[in-house]
Amino acid sequence: MADELHYKTLSELQVLLTAGELSSVELTKSLIERKEEVDPRVQAFNSLDEEQVISQAEASDQRRGAGESMGSLDGIPIGLKDVISVKDSPLTCSSKMLENFVSPYDATVTTRLKEEGAILFGRLNMDEFAMGSSTENSAFNTTFNPWDLERVAGGSSGGSAAAVSAGSVPVSLGSDTGGSIRQPASFCGVVGLKPTYGRVSRFGLVAYASSLDQIGPFGRSVKDVASVLQSIAGHDPRDSTSIEQTVPDYLGSIESNKGPWKLGVPKEYFGEGLDPEVKACIEKAIDWYADQGCEIHEVNMRNMDLAIAVYYIIATAEASSNLARFDGVRYTHRSKDAENAIDLYFKSRAEGFGEEVKRRIILGTYVLSSGYYDAYYLKAQKVRTLIRQDFMKAYETVDALLTPTSPFVSFKAGEKSEDPLQMYLADIYTISANLAGIPGISLPCGPNSEGLPVGLQILGKPFGEADLLAIANSFEEAHDYSQQHPEI
Amino acid sequence: MSEKGSIDIDYVANLARIELSDKERELFSSQLGSILEYFEQLNQVDVSGVEPMAHAFQVENVLREDASVEGFDPETAVKHAAAKRNNMVQVPKVIEG
Repeated sequence: MADELHYKTLSELQVLLTAGELSSVELTKSLIERKEEVDPRVQAFNSLDEEQVISQAEASDQRRGAGESMGSLDGIPIGLKDVISVKDSPLTCSSKMLENFVSPYDATVTTRLKEEGAILFGRLNMDEFAMGSSTENSAFNTTFNPWDLERVAGGSSGGSAAAVSAGSVPVSLGSDTGGSIRQPASFCGVVGLKPTYGRVSRFGLVAYASSLDQIGPFGRSVKDVASVLQSIAGHDPRDSTSIEQTVPDYLGSIESNKGPWKLGVPKEYFGEGLDPEVKACIEKAIDWYADQGCEIHEVNMRNMDLAIAVYYIIATAEASSNLARFDGVRYTHRSKDAENAIDLYFKSRAEGFGEEVKRRIILGTYVLSSGYYDAYYLKAQKVRTLIRQDFMKAYETVDALLTPTSPFVSFKAGEKSEDPLQMYLADIYTISANLAGIPGISLPCGPNSEGLPVGLQILGKPFGEADLLAIANSFEEAHDYSQQHPEI
Repeated sequence: MSEKGSIDIDYVANLARIELSDKERELFSSQLGSILEYFEQLNQVDVSGVEPMAHAFQVENVLREDASVEGFDPETAVKHAAAKRNNMVQVPKVIEG
């Protein structure tokens, strides 16, 4: 049964559970077995409390037996990136700083999943404090790509993408600050959605860059990602940046909205640095949409090449402020060598943070420091306005944009980790969406000649997730890329 | 203070309250130097008259009703402190004397 179960989609599992052909305990046990089989090689999980997930599954089966299922995710295992709080569960952010921390409360997304009856299946590895593009910055393990174990899963939500790709869990949550959902989804051949800024509550998400962070789902189909978004989206009084706007019926939209759409292709996303095989896959996808009757428009994103500079100024500035709370005093690693209170800050932070986190805090502190604020931070905020304007102008004529998710397929572990700037350039196609606050999805659009997944990115209008999912689903249904799985 | 394009690493590390090893100091100085050089491309853009953007959407003050809500009990609040006494976080002596 296990072999048949681990690559079933969420919607297939929902049918089996509802029909009584499968119990949540059977499903959960088979995924625990799958995780034990593949995770020693993939290293997607930071922790999994097996007893607890089985007891959650038992409770779900009892509810179902009594005709009292809580919601559409009842009995479904879902993995959470180790940056989202679950009450009485470890929350490490893959950092030594929080190695022994146990969260005293639930994030709002966690509360919503619990209200649906979902099984919270393990804590997934990530770049430390979500800073990185390969999950090599985890203080614990590197997460490897299930398609090629010498390559990285992408990042920062590498564990969330790899666990879904390896069949250890049908769906998961990650967070996306500059591409941290979409890029690992692209590398691991799964679907990943970054919602509009404000669509999903950030309460209980450990903050990296608060004006850019957004929680979103991973799955092995567009519909599965839509189902999870349905459960977690909506206003939350505890996150003042979450927006009070009705959440549409995403699965309904997928069924009713069949296009044709007006789609934009920004030529700046197809220039120097784009791998020719990735380019060919994306162009083939664009041609497919054109063949379906979609109007394809060339659009301009003239400030796209500035997005990385803007992002690494704004994100590190916000991070330097957000991570000031990890000071060795209240709930983090505390140095044993400190001689006085001030020394306690310096030594606890030196011991608790990894190299990339220190680098970004130093950079962020510098761009905010007296004499440099206007030249870097304020300037970046103004260019951010221009980047958003480029998108809004394009959306006057088109419904969505088609681009590559990443300039290249997954790279070998160690290949880029010595040069931070090279690693930062990996985010070139994803970060603009965070700066502009718009939603984006990555879905598989074909393996390259080495059999490695390539991701198509579709960028939508603010709060246009319903259209975005419909556009993505139409491509997915006509191809079998989402049904291809790694041999592991 | 440093020239633009290079970082006075000790000054900034002090502001950030992070002790750096000699190796980190050297590594970060050179890496951050090239990152700052990369940032210079922003100077090519004319941003006169452009409003800075702190958030994707207009963010206004959001106030809730001024009513008390339940918070953590003291035990939970200090549970993770590295050192505690009588439900308070214990820290090294701050004032001498």
